[in-house]
Amino acid sequence: MHASLNHYLVVSVLLFSLGLFGVLARRNLLIIYMGLELMLNAANLALVAFSRYNANLNGQVMVFFTITVAAAEVSVGLALIVALYRKRQTAHVEDLTSLKL
Amino acid sequence: MPDITDLLFYGFAGLALLFGFLCVANPISRSPVTSAMFLVLTIVSLAGLFILLHAFFLAAIQVLVYAGAVMVLFLFVIMLLELKEEERRKFRKFTVGAGVIAVAVIAGLLLQAVFKAVPFGTGPTVLAEGLTQPLGRILFTQYLLPFELLSLLLLVAMVGAILLTKKELK
Repeated sequence: MHASLNHYLVVSVLLFSLGLFGVLARRNLLIIYMGLELMLNAANLALVAFSRYNANLNGQVMVFFTITVAAAEVSVGLALIVALYRKRQTAHVEDLTSLKL
Repeated sequence: MPDITDLLFYGFAGLALLFGFLCVANPISRSPVTSAMFLVLTIVSLAGLFILLHAFFLAAIQVLVYAGAVMVLFLFVIMLLELKEEERRKFRKFTVGAGVIAVAVIAGLLLQAVFKAVPFGTGPTVLAEGLTQPLGRILFTQYLLPFELLSLLLLVAMVGAILLTKKELK
């Protein structure tokens, strides 16, 4: 069976679901962050597949921008986690309940 | 008779999904370092899929920026924080169950959308020129303004990261 656009989209959906599961079920901030990266990568894969099967380069430019924005986002997010750890000595979401009533 | 690109597709896709699963839900190790390493392997498998889609420049960027820069940053922070006690905590049954249900619903919806959609596109025989030259041309003509704004975004992110990790926030 030849690999078609649908094959790539199914892989993208499954990878996105794995990332979402990591975000929802894991309690460690860093691993939640890795789940976010997995979801971003799944979206990138879908964009590249669309770009290839429509003979259109705009999708690839979008992925280029996404990768760069993700790098910026990771640097700021990890800086936030480090600052949080300095203040609270934890990177575990169940210990961060100061907004709870 | 499947040709070699199809076999490579199934290989890389299976590896990406396997490593992605081991990244978020590793049954053996709960350590963030293991997760980070499996995330690197997932990213490299995705770069392989990008090559199969003839996006050579993006495959190189994927390996250089993601597997190189971003994951090294992750590992630095993991080493910096010493998260040893986190490994002992158990998964909560409720959160895992709720996560599985939510993920199953969303995955079902997306898969239904993929299979119900009217097939479009020109098929794999017509190539989008995914080589570096046309991509560079479109990036520096049609997308010049977003490209320059992106450099500003990176500068802002750098200043923000330095400011946030300083010892005392004033």
